[in-house]
Amino acid sequence: MTLIPANSLRRFTTARVGLGRAGTSLPTAAHLDFQEAHAAARDAVWSALDPVALGLEAPVVQSEARDRREYLLRPDLGRRLREADRARLPRTGGVVVVVADGLCATGVQSQAAALLRALGADWPVVVALQARVALGDDIAHAMGAAAVVVMIGERPGLSAQDSVGLYLTWAPRPGRTDAERNCISNIRPGGLSHADAAAKLHWLLRGARALGASGVALKDDMPAQNRLAP
Amino acid sequence: MAFRQSVAGTTHVFQDLRTLLARATPFRSGDALAGVAAQSGAERVAAQRALADLPLKHFLNEAVIPYEADDVTRLIMDGHDPNAFAPIAHLTVGGFRDWLLAAPPEALPPIRRGITPEMAAAVSKIMRVSDLVAVAAKCRVVTRFRNTIGLAGTLSIRLQPNDPTDDARGVAAAVLDGLLLGAGDAVIGVNPATDNVAQVMTLLEMLDGVRTRFDIPTQSCVLCHVTTALLAMERGAPTDLVFQSIGGTQGVNESFGVTMALLAEAQSAALALQRGTVGQNVMYFETGQGSALSADAHHGVDQQTIEARAYAVARAFDPLLVNSVVGFIGPEYLFDGKQIARAGLEDHFCGKLLGLPMGVDVCYTNHAEADQDDMDALLINLAVAGVTYIMGVPGADDVMLAYQSTSFHDGLTARALLGKTPAPEFAAWLERMGIGDGAQIPARMAPALIGLS
Repeated sequence: MTLIPANSLRRFTTARVGLGRAGTSLPTAAHLDFQEAHAAARDAVWSALDPVALGLEAPVVQSEARDRREYLLRPDLGRRLREADRARLPRTGGVVVVVADGLCATGVQSQAAALLRALGADWPVVVALQARVALGDDIAHAMGAAAVVVMIGERPGLSAQDSVGLYLTWAPRPGRTDAERNCISNIRPGGLSHADAAAKLHWLLRGARALGASGVALKDDMPAQNRLAP
Repeated sequence: MAFRQSVAGTTHVFQDLRTLLARATPFRSGDALAGVAAQSGAERVAAQRALADLPLKHFLNEAVIPYEADDVTRLIMDGHDPNAFAPIAHLTVGGFRDWLLAAPPEALPPIRRGITPEMAAAVSKIMRVSDLVAVAAKCRVVTRFRNTIGLAGTLSIRLQPNDPTDDARGVAAAVLDGLLLGAGDAVIGVNPATDNVAQVMTLLEMLDGVRTRFDIPTQSCVLCHVTTALLAMERGAPTDLVFQSIGGTQGVNESFGVTMALLAEAQSAALALQRGTVGQNVMYFETGQGSALSADAHHGVDQQTIEARAYAVARAFDPLLVNSVVGFIGPEYLFDGKQIARAGLEDHFCGKLLGLPMGVDVCYTNHAEADQDDMDALLINLAVAGVTYIMGVPGADDVMLAYQSTSFHDGLTARALLGKTPAPEFAAWLERMGIGDGAQIPARMAPALIGLS
């Protein structure tokens, strides 16, 4: 028998492993670490996206949700574009990227510009506030786009309050279901890198174009990349 | 058919069964979002009184979603067993509540196939928390694959070792941590970060490698989409259980990209592998209140009734495990700890009453008004109610799905408080391997044995 050294398992994962025990419960320090992280995550939910600080040349639009509380309680409003913003959108026949706050703005705020550079494409960008993923359908449909990539803040967790997801929808229009999208999640420092996320997005987009569809019809069987390297 | 009920001098009218069920439901944000909730406390009680007076037979004559329009309704109506229904056929919903509370445990299994999900949902709406706990505690549902789940006096745990990038060593480290804390008898089940066939196959092979290396009497699962699992099985991946999220209407299942035929195809493919040693329950389903509204496929039916209908889909495929992911969906459906707790106990009650091996992911997200105290209270209620299994996540913090569930420690606490043990085959394995208080790693479970060095 060997005692579990504090880091014998922790060096392989960011998960809360090797915490020890006080009876069957958590030791005091581990318990308070958790409480601190939960407090940070709760605060992150109420963070706001600052469109100017993103440094993007892009129109800024908003969903029909007027504020954060309404956004949390009324996801239907978060999927619909505010009528006043519809006329301000440019037309495009290609791909449009919607940079959206989602459930936590902090990750989008810090990563949007760099992630757009990693995508390396000359696609028009729209910044959307109080936005759910499906707001991208409404925006892209109004623009006449062939596909939409929604770059959106993911629900904050205890270990990460800066995670971004990319959702690809081919032939976007209001009424598309989640089964008709492909998702790349956990894009953040310490999670999926911008380069890997961009490679996967382009791979999915080529598949969607060839198939004329996205979602479960488009199997994500891109060869696995080597993520075991330190 | 319209229903009328007077309360305190005011007559309330409910135009049909689905409206009556919705107005009778204890308040939750999702029903308000759908516009089906009662407008006042008085209206809710009026609906509950009218519901209590409704004969159970009425549910066989009025569907909440039309038979022609929905394959879940067809499954429920066509699968109803009149012989199983006979012992309760004379009862009203209120009478059924009294009958359930007074019934001996052995009276419950024979009527399972005579209860429709809507009947189960209806009676739960006029039950308090203690009623939901007391009746569920009398239900026993046993399933088998490589061990025996659901026996009296047991509480099983799904070991959930998720990793944000599906890193095989990150998953392996969390698996080892959980095993050392007694988790993993329900299943060792990973949610993949992406639905990539190659990645899913890598994880399946890694989990199967750990299981065979330590000779663990349990099953593994990578919780990918059912079509991905079919591909993985076609390509020879070691697949024990097939997972799928399901819901209670045809529309919500379409939004998940599944049909009854696809689920049947996946079940057949997994059965053909014959990997179970003590049984062949090969399916694993997750459900949760609110998914139908989220997919705009709720037909004006309240979210708890639709959740119970999902259990009709589940029981058509003899699953090893079914759990509601009760607090995962968010505050627009279940706003706070109070709503999550009641919903978790309703889901467990309805699932057990209908004959499912029902577990609950006792959980919440960071945009819900809930915390660890709320989860502790729900967990202890569920453990008293005899919940089949709960989740085990390192430190309660799922670093991939970004939500909080129960920790390995929580599982140990619930077992210790109520004198529960893991599935017997797994309990014997823990003993054999010398896994004790979790402070030490037995030599034969050295991390290096599964590539952690």
